[in-house]
Amino acid sequence: MDHLDKLENQSVFILREAYKKFKKLAMLWSIGKDSNVLLWLARKAFYGYCPIPLVHIDTSYKIPEMIEFRDRYAKEWGLNLIVGQNKQALAEGMNHTLGRVTCCTALKTNGLHQIMEQYDFKGLILGIRRDEESTRAKERYFSPRDKNFEWDFKDQPPELWDQFKTNFDENTHIRIHPLLHWTEVNVWEYIKREKIPVVSLYFSKNGKRYRSLGCAPCTNAIDSKAANVDDIIAELKATKTSERAGRAQDQEDTYAMQRLRTKGYM
Amino acid sequence: MDAPETFHGEETVAATSETLQFVMVGHVDHGKSTLVGRLLHETGFIPDTKVQHVKQVCEDQGKGFEFAFLLDGLEEERDQGITIDVAQMFFRTKKRNYVVIDAPGHKEFLKNMISGASNADVAFLLIDAEEGIQEQTQRHAYLLALLGIKQIAVVMNKMDLVGYSEEVFNRTRDVYSKYLASINVKPYSFIPISAYHGDNVVRRSDKMPWYTGGSILETLDNFQSNDDRSKLPLRLPVQDVYKFDKRRIIAGRVESGSVSPGDELLFLPSGKSTKVKSIEKWSAESPANVGPGVSTGLQMEEQIFVERGEIACRRDSAPHVADRFAANLFWMGQKHLQKGGKYLLKLATQEVECVVESIAKVINSSTLEEISKNAHEVAKNEVAEIVIAVKKPIAFDTFDRIPETGRFVIVQDHDVRGGGIILKAVENFGGAI
Repeated sequence: MDHLDKLENQSVFILREAYKKFKKLAMLWSIGKDSNVLLWLARKAFYGYCPIPLVHIDTSYKIPEMIEFRDRYAKEWGLNLIVGQNKQALAEGMNHTLGRVTCCTALKTNGLHQIMEQYDFKGLILGIRRDEESTRAKERYFSPRDKNFEWDFKDQPPELWDQFKTNFDENTHIRIHPLLHWTEVNVWEYIKREKIPVVSLYFSKNGKRYRSLGCAPCTNAIDSKAANVDDIIAELKATKTSERAGRAQDQEDTYAMQRLRTKGYM
Repeated sequence: MDAPETFHGEETVAATSETLQFVMVGHVDHGKSTLVGRLLHETGFIPDTKVQHVKQVCEDQGKGFEFAFLLDGLEEERDQGITIDVAQMFFRTKKRNYVVIDAPGHKEFLKNMISGASNADVAFLLIDAEEGIQEQTQRHAYLLALLGIKQIAVVMNKMDLVGYSEEVFNRTRDVYSKYLASINVKPYSFIPISAYHGDNVVRRSDKMPWYTGGSILETLDNFQSNDDRSKLPLRLPVQDVYKFDKRRIIAGRVESGSVSPGDELLFLPSGKSTKVKSIEKWSAESPANVGPGVSTGLQMEEQIFVERGEIACRRDSAPHVADRFAANLFWMGQKHLQKGGKYLLKLATQEVECVVESIAKVINSSTLEEISKNAHEVAKNEVAEIVIAVKKPIAFDTFDRIPETGRFVIVQDHDVRGGGIILKAVENFGGAI
């Protein structure tokens, strides 16, 4: 079994555990490369079907290509898509100039919170990976969040031998991370092998491409000539910059991501 | 101190080769995170942006460059210079891919160390050359042995603080070797290093000419990859049964052995049996057979009723089916494990209520001292030999035969509180549960 097969089999195992154990289960679809791989793995796990509803949190600041991609594949693959938006915060004028961390919390974390409450989801599948940044490097596959949505990173439950935390208190929920053990290069190699469609923003146009996708005002394209998946894999193997260097909210201050994630950010 | 230049990084293997997971364990402050940080940096797998970021944080704190901060990303970890939870990082050499699991050394975070170590193929056990063998140095070795990790290299760190002395190295090695022998661990090697200065981490050091063995990186590349489970008897625990269309698919992961269409399978504990009709796959060809580690799905010839929890096997190499077994258990819960206490037991995909029937003995997992015989409870961080009775018979193996179906966890108040390995099935003398 090669490396990508190993990663795939472990992710399929986790998705199947989640599907079996959580009656109220959803999967976050950010339209980025990772959540597209996740969706693909779900279709592998469940033989072409995705029996888990997909949630997209639309901050209204997403790059237009992302929304086009979402609507096209939701239709083509017959997905059960739920779009959430913190309309109240937007009506009150929330935007990144009020502070990036404040804006992410309002439009993403709280937007997600509203959908979770509305549908009473108890399990939420996300495509985060350990190699993205240092708080994610410390995550569990099944990671509890308390009634306030908060992550107690100082006291995480043990996780051994693929026995996951699938029992939990009322008013809490579990975040499930089937891609935790993948790296950025793995994701692209898998996209290549499986021919998984991704948003064209990842490919270089006029010397620039997006390496990580988010809201338009807080996501910067990088200098790159990588115009196809092979180019991207070659570029990543040689790069010395981090994947999320173009995501402004991460750079707001030293522990911005820790603060965001403690409060329930993805 | 400035961050040093990086070693190779270009000549790496394709991502489609083998992966080895290794864990760094040992007592708090003996330098595990520093070693991992140094290793990742010198092999060229820490982004420049991250190095710059850590440099800045260290300057703000008025410190020299802390390699440990490359891993210890939480604010509390950096303020106190301690690892709270396991971090997993990735790098490659010419030989293979590595996942490095940096485990915390503080006793308070033992459950996190176990979470990390339970996923490892091999381990490095660190000892501070100046401070010598400490409580967790011994406990971690014992737990690694219990978790079934057979390849363990001992690393004597901070050799710079003892003047790179061969005598200090030999003395600690001799004492520690005796301890390891007492728990049946045969160390792979002893390596003197200084993680802070980079001696014997990636490159061999000229400061210890008396040492002729390999560096940390060379030792890593020499470890064997994990045991092949494909020659063992078939174990396929049923995870779920799907009926998304006209197919009825039994889903599960092959833990050992292999399975092909036409094979007659026996499901335990129910005892039902039928032949495999097909191996199902989406967006790819159906394989002729599937082996260990494959999350698969089978259509059967006859529509037998099986549920999650059963283990598919072959009749001539079946697991035990019993409602009692003896096990070695390590306990991680704040509340003590009680004799007569009721818990939830999870073994492969089986979940069943259980009772701790007896606690033959409890030992201190560091000193190996026997704390009590015929005990009534097991406290946090202790290890015990116990007999567990389950509410209804389950299928299992002894850990030494098939690890994946010979180990279990105990759940209390929604969380995993203990882990155990099965020593043997126990006859039922008619006791009730």
